[in-house]
Amino acid sequence: MNFLALAAEILRKDLRIEARSREGLNTLLFFSALLVFLFRFALGPTEAQVRQGAPGLLWFAFILTGLWGMARAFQIERENDCLEALRLVPGDLGGVYLGKVVGGCCVMVATELAIVVMFGLFFHLDLWPAGGRLVPVLILGTVGFVAIGTLFAAITAHLKAREVLLPLLLLPLVIPVLLPASRLTELVLAGESLGAEPHWLRLLLVFDLVFLVLGYLTFPFVMED
Amino acid sequence: MVHSGTSVVGVSVRGLGKAFRGTWALRGVDLDLAPGETLVLFGPNGSGKTTLLKILATLVRPTRGSGVVSGADLVRARDQIRHRVEILSHGSALYEELSPRENLSFAAAIRGDRPAEGAVAAALERVGLGEVADERVRTLSSGMKRRITLARLLLRRVDLWLLDEPYTNLDREATKVLEAALQEHQERGGMAVIATHNFLDGFKLATRLAILARGRLILDEPRGTMTLPVFQELYALRTEGGGR
Repeated sequence: MNFLALAAEILRKDLRIEARSREGLNTLLFFSALLVFLFRFALGPTEAQVRQGAPGLLWFAFILTGLWGMARAFQIERENDCLEALRLVPGDLGGVYLGKVVGGCCVMVATELAIVVMFGLFFHLDLWPAGGRLVPVLILGTVGFVAIGTLFAAITAHLKAREVLLPLLLLPLVIPVLLPASRLTELVLAGESLGAEPHWLRLLLVFDLVFLVLGYLTFPFVMED
Repeated sequence: MVHSGTSVVGVSVRGLGKAFRGTWALRGVDLDLAPGETLVLFGPNGSGKTTLLKILATLVRPTRGSGVVSGADLVRARDQIRHRVEILSHGSALYEELSPRENLSFAAAIRGDRPAEGAVAAALERVGLGEVADERVRTLSSGMKRRITLARLLLRRVDLWLLDEPYTNLDREATKVLEAALQEHQERGGMAVIATHNFLDGFKLATRLAILARGRLILDEPRGTMTLPVFQELYALRTEGGGR
């Protein structure tokens, strides 16, 4: 089967399951609301403190919800041995990887947007003017995180201690994505353009590309016995 | 094994072995299967039946030995084999939030098949699930889920069926559908390897009988005129103490 057609089938299936499953997006949104609520207490009411801590806290919330989403993407495949059927797909298993990455990004970006809106409401911040510049940063940061996260979620899918191992293995690796993403978020929230510090944008793009290529090339071997 | 021109049409494996962390699950298995043959594989728990099926399905790489399925090498031409093989294993490989129709369409699509118009509906009708074709799988009983996997088997025309305990959760009616489908598969020249503990049903379907014990194929005979009691006696003798 054609690589892109396979990716499209996987994506369609994953999004359909996400849309129907009550334990998916609903739980993520509830968890996100809880996090933002806790941040409200942690930061206090001063706007200066909020503005200073917002980028890091936003990405902290994105990563926590993202980790949950990554694990869930392969939990669906583990149930009823669906992963075994995926391993029997003839042709390029990179298509499965691509479908999973795009699906993971869709779910994560949707959750991130909800978190940003909640953040704005809880902290009385007008994030709307920064929205147009913030969305590309969210997408680029998410692509890098999901690209490497999908690979490690597949690696740990069969391990007993996967819930502990996934964050342990993944978090140190996503630092090169997190650093530029949170710095760019800070710039955007301060009203600067994305090009104000172009090296962060370049770093983010490079690591997105590196993680995508690494994931695509390695995923078929991870899926084999 | 049948040779058609330069390609091997049947299944042929030689010296097949598989070790998991130093423990041999399968040792020195030689097996030939010609078109239209159904090999029913009996053996105690842990004798290597599932491992053999998974190797033939290309889910597991053999540690030793070689094999050919429908002219394609077990290790070097796994993609070709995957187009020609269908496996029914312990797990249903069904997504609980999708309907039976969506599950079947997805399974066919990712294998690169485009079922004919109405083929999915016909397969579900055949296994008696036409009325619940659009219900979510999670609302169905385990027996109904097993029937969906049977419908998935009917949907694809492949050379080799690998069935691991196919009778699990199937009622009499569904078992009859499986038997009729297997008959049609055989008449088309299709081959099947069935691993089971169910002597009565397994014996009925077999054109060849085999016994695996402690990873070794200790019997592989045409069913011929052998009767079930004779085979059961033979099985008890050969597998006594786990087949040592």
